[in-house]
Amino acid sequence: MRIRNHPIIDFKKRKEIPFRFQKKTLVGEEGDTIASALHASGVKILTRSYTYDSPRGFFCGIGKCSSCLMRVNGIPNVRTCIAPLTPGICVEMQEKLAQLPDAEFKKKPKKTLEVDILVVGAGPAGLSAAIEGAQQGAQVLIVDENQRLGGQLIKQTHKFFGSKNERAGTRGIDIAAQLETDLRTFEKEKKVTVMTDATVIGYYESKNLHRFGVIQRMNYESILYDVRCKNVVLATGAMENMLLFPGNDLPGVYGAGAVQTLMNVYGVKPGNKVLMVGAGNVGLIVSYQLLQAGIAVDRVVEAAPTIGGYHVHAAKLRRCGVPIQTSHSIKEVYGDDHVEGAVVVKLDSNWKPIPGTEEEVKCDTICLAVGLTPSTRLLSQIGAVLEFIPEAGGYVALHDASMRTSVKGVYVAGDASGIEEASTAMIEGKIAGLAAAVSLGFKQNKKLLSHYQKELDQLRAGPFGEKPRIAKQKIAHLAEEPHVHV
Amino acid sequence: MSTYEKDGILIAKDLKIPSEKQLEKGVAIIECVQEIPCNPCVDSCPVHAISMKDINAPPINDYEKCIGCTKCIGVCPGLAIFVIKVKGDTALVSLPYEFLPIPNSGDTVTAIDRTGTPRGKALVKRVVKNGKTMVITIEVNKQDAMDIRNIRVIS
Repeated sequence: MRIRNHPIIDFKKRKEIPFRFQKKTLVGEEGDTIASALHASGVKILTRSYTYDSPRGFFCGIGKCSSCLMRVNGIPNVRTCIAPLTPGICVEMQEKLAQLPDAEFKKKPKKTLEVDILVVGAGPAGLSAAIEGAQQGAQVLIVDENQRLGGQLIKQTHKFFGSKNERAGTRGIDIAAQLETDLRTFEKEKKVTVMTDATVIGYYESKNLHRFGVIQRMNYESILYDVRCKNVVLATGAMENMLLFPGNDLPGVYGAGAVQTLMNVYGVKPGNKVLMVGAGNVGLIVSYQLLQAGIAVDRVVEAAPTIGGYHVHAAKLRRCGVPIQTSHSIKEVYGDDHVEGAVVVKLDSNWKPIPGTEEEVKCDTICLAVGLTPSTRLLSQIGAVLEFIPEAGGYVALHDASMRTSVKGVYVAGDASGIEEASTAMIEGKIAGLAAAVSLGFKQNKKLLSHYQKELDQLRAGPFGEKPRIAKQKIAHLAEEPHVHV
Repeated sequence: MSTYEKDGILIAKDLKIPSEKQLEKGVAIIECVQEIPCNPCVDSCPVHAISMKDINAPPINDYEKCIGCTKCIGVCPGLAIFVIKVKGDTALVSLPYEFLPIPNSGDTVTAIDRTGTPRGKALVKRVVKNGKTMVITIEVNKQDAMDIRNIRVIS
């Protein structure tokens, strides 16, 4: 199940890490998460439905969907898809609801941290915000749930579009490395504190500053931080959407991004033959990357009458012999404890299945690339005004052109502010970081802000920028309403 | 609606086809017909043959200026640029390649068209590395040059 030879990524054999799973010893590799190590060992059933006892595997692979919760070293409800694999840990499946453990923090005092700007999420938007804020002179703390910095950039092996300023022509994985280098420079200068494998668990009462609880998991010995900040940038990203069809809960049905993480970050094959659902850029790009990892793609089905992603991505797949079927969708997935195949069906002009057009596809993996939903729970808890904007992918915090929400000192950037892509996320991050620093009195550079905003407008000017353009117009319009007060 | 929006395959009418003379000189065919925000090809061109009205406009290659140097092939994030140079009954097709195994100069590979259909054997004439993207030049029949867009290494 391990990928050893890859045209883009250097998957050297890493140090072996033995661990316990259900009273057996399995072996993973350094850099694995628990779920990637289990996958590589052929274990895809991680949990069971409390109601039906049916098997469950992970869907999102990035710590958002909760279908990978297991007990690790006695700690229940650990998200194994982002939890680092460490030597000798004991991983167990949970029977029904987990038991509340003995007070995890009883003997450990909480630590207090005070900073100018807290950045939540170290993807393209968060990293850019932290770098920009530090550049302006602010003291920054950046927190991310993963072991590695870069968010979803670390799985994006393709070259980015855009212009030179957004590092066009550079692969996402290399952009992540460049941003990390920039951030670490500020870390060495003690302008930035970096906290990985850490979660912002909530927003708490405080008189003057914003106050958050942060748990950092150090080898499953968690430390609780009481973080106080003047401003906060929430760059919490998004989660992949599920689609309704019989069998959608079978292990082997994944978000396309989850499969991209598994193969491009951890070097683990999700399966041998994939059916891709959705011909937007995510579906097209991940299909191509599956081929690059040596995994067969049977076809791409797309419910819309036309391909939604860039033609150049579709062309790459077609010349590799992968069919793209527009006006087609997935009807059901079947299998005993795992996906064994699917039925696809042609849709009429009203998107209704045409009886008699069903076709069986033998495959062991289904990838759903059917859009994303912004992760806005923290924003909601803080009390930022959220609105449902279909073009933004769901509920988003209303914000002004400087990415400030309706709550003073609370900024948003990237997919959390409306689904888009990494190039614009980086610019939004720069804007949020800059605005957050400037509001604290750090050196003002009005030209820089308008320069970034102009870059954003340019990237959104074409037909593929229409959706985010409409989303941002609606957000700006609603943000001006008197009850919002952005 | 163009057919490529449904099937992902460009046809002759979607492209600006170079003249015989231009093809003999060697020119880059840019198979990027949509308005997407991207411009590295413009910067990569040493003779400023590739231009763009703005970052969203499709690139236009001036076949008179283009020298067929192949520099833009490995730069294009969409892997959408191919260079054709006709010589007698044969043509050299240079294309981007991001798979394993990487063929060597002198190998025989299977030539594949835009639809993924094999179109016979082709001789590899040159392999140039541009980061992780390989720019592979193969020799094919002249009449297939505007169709061949991929290779498969014969194992």
